[in-house]
Amino acid sequence: MNPGLRRALSRLSPPGLTPYLQAALLALVLVCFLLLPIIAIAVVSFFDYDSVHIIPSFILGNYHDVLFSEVTWNTYLSTLRFTAIVWSVTLVVGFWVAFYLAFEVRGKGTQLVLFLICTIPFLTSNIIRMISWVPFLGREGLLNTALLRLGLIHQPLEFLLFSDFAVVLADVHLYTLFMVTPIFNTMMRIDRRLIEAAVDGGARSWQIIANVILPLSKTGIAIGSIFVVTLVMGDFITVRLMSGGQSASVGLMIANQISLLQYPAACANAVVLLAVVLLMIAGILRIVDIRKEL
Amino acid sequence: MTTMSRRGVGRRGLLKTAGLATLGAAAGSGAITGFPTIWAQQIKNVTIRQFGTGVSNLNAIADKVKQDLGFTLQMTALDTDAVTQKAVTQPRSYDVADIEYFAIKKVFPTGVMQPMDTKRIKLFDKIVPIFTTGKLTPTSVVAQGTAPSTVAFVDGKAGTKFAPHPTEWATLIPTIYNADTLGIRPDLVGRPISHWKDLVDPAFKGKTAILAIPGIGIMDAAMVIESLGMMKYVDKGNMTKAEIDKTVAFLIETKKSGQFRAFWKSFDESVNLMASGEVVIQSMWSPAVAAVRSKGIACKYQPLAEGYRAWAGGLGLAKHLSGLELDAAYEYINWYLSGWAGAYLNRQGYYSAVLETAQKFMSPDEWGYWMEGKPAQADILSPEGKVMEKAGAVRDGGSFTERMGHVACWNSVMTEDRYMIQKWNEFIAA
Repeated sequence: MNPGLRRALSRLSPPGLTPYLQAALLALVLVCFLLLPIIAIAVVSFFDYDSVHIIPSFILGNYHDVLFSEVTWNTYLSTLRFTAIVWSVTLVVGFWVAFYLAFEVRGKGTQLVLFLICTIPFLTSNIIRMISWVPFLGREGLLNTALLRLGLIHQPLEFLLFSDFAVVLADVHLYTLFMVTPIFNTMMRIDRRLIEAAVDGGARSWQIIANVILPLSKTGIAIGSIFVVTLVMGDFITVRLMSGGQSASVGLMIANQISLLQYPAACANAVVLLAVVLLMIAGILRIVDIRKEL
Repeated sequence: MTTMSRRGVGRRGLLKTAGLATLGAAAGSGAITGFPTIWAQQIKNVTIRQFGTGVSNLNAIADKVKQDLGFTLQMTALDTDAVTQKAVTQPRSYDVADIEYFAIKKVFPTGVMQPMDTKRIKLFDKIVPIFTTGKLTPTSVVAQGTAPSTVAFVDGKAGTKFAPHPTEWATLIPTIYNADTLGIRPDLVGRPISHWKDLVDPAFKGKTAILAIPGIGIMDAAMVIESLGMMKYVDKGNMTKAEIDKTVAFLIETKKSGQFRAFWKSFDESVNLMASGEVVIQSMWSPAVAAVRSKGIACKYQPLAEGYRAWAGGLGLAKHLSGLELDAAYEYINWYLSGWAGAYLNRQGYYSAVLETAQKFMSPDEWGYWMEGKPAQADILSPEGKVMEKAGAVRDGGSFTERMGHVACWNSVMTEDRYMIQKWNEFIAA
């Protein structure tokens, strides 16, 4: 801020007010585009509805429908299962990719180039990345045709496409980079002298990874986990396209309700989903203090 | 756009006296010289915003409107669910809704649209009676589901309640409709298919699909259940809770047995499933069958003993529409029925609302193939000029009356809609 503006501002407001003014713009954006919509969703979740109208009122029926229906529980179980699987796979893959980039590759330039190569798939839309799996995995797709011709299988493998396997595969493909980036970032900040000290102290390489690098990468792992968990928990399009509509997810359940104009039911579902995801994030943050390392 | 409509309102009096109804046609035929040039100037600046499903939101139609009527038709194509949503939740974002009759059952009572004065629709009396009395021929029975005739009229100029009989106030003017059935890969099914129940034949385990649009998918399931003789519905398009329970239980059981390969929601998904051989028998839309065939892959739109599941769409006016825009919208709807658009849609395998005007824009051979079930004398071309069928081909299902005369039920919105979607989610989660 230039001195003139600063003087003008301080004349306008008592000195204590300046930081608030500085934060006001961001606060305004967050209030308008985050807080108000969420409040609207929460309010509508108590409304009644019929097949065309949303009827303003205060009923708990929508929450009753969500919480006491077996479908919800099954759907949450299925979504949590996807989340757990995708999280563990992206964690393992992400950790090793980041480890390789941070410790095995020499030279900042090479590291940067290789990291940018990791982001190349993100130059296309994620729907395209997802759909490209379809001709590859299909019954008469590239993989099945190749395996059949090689004589490795005699029947096409049906589980490859339109299955839970396909959903997990696409999710891992889509979200691993969200794990790689923060872990790579934290790893780059690890003081190399700590590793030298460990080597001098006689640690084997797996001991260095387990006792030095892994604990010091916790922040990155936590941030990556938050990304992956929230993305998979809220996803509906991957589940729909890759399972061929055969698997459920909470997001898909909400999408189905919205498509039939059942907004209050969808809102109640969204509020519950939001609560569940926030709890999961709170859990992650309890285990790892992400601010400590930033 | 906004400044335009303001000026339009101011000059409405003048325009009315100019005999507007005839003006559009005159402008189209190039006989504009004798008329006040103000109108001709103004109508060119009008933009009518239309939205609807990809089925009928065709650029060719917008281009022809510009050429014939002079104003701009701006089109947005969305999927079926999104159309209903947008119609209700963003009523000021469109002028003309291209919407299906079953959706209008939900949309019109919300008051976002205005009834149309049928006296201003020149060819209203020529519209196929399915949309007025509900009967294709005087002896036919109105099919189950949301039959268009039951939601085609309201009780008055400001009405939002449907009238059981034709009135002067129409909710939609029909433009496009068809009878849907199962699509099959004749080269892969290995036997004749003649009933809806063939969809759940264990021989096709893991090679079948149905629509994932709940309201339509559940009706395809109902057709299968009736075909199996498991249950008889009072109205497949308006099931009771008990009927929904049984239908969904059947779907879950079938899903768990591994009968379905996938559930599709969009046109191209259904084309890809069929063309790739992932699926050999599935619910399908007519142009999707044509799209598979155009890849050189055999695909048949198989008529079935139990009949068709039909759907229909039309054009409706947004409530906010007035003045010059409203006049232009009426012009556009009149133009739609006047033949060119009808012929265009008929050539894609749909049906048009006024048959005789469309016939004038089609060759006798085209008419014979598409509408009368006669073998094609020469190659049948798509509106874009691509060969769709070779000479000698006969349309699957035969003539207009054979197909539209065997409608078992119409796409619909059920009274137990809310319950149905809960159960459908259960099916997807199972």
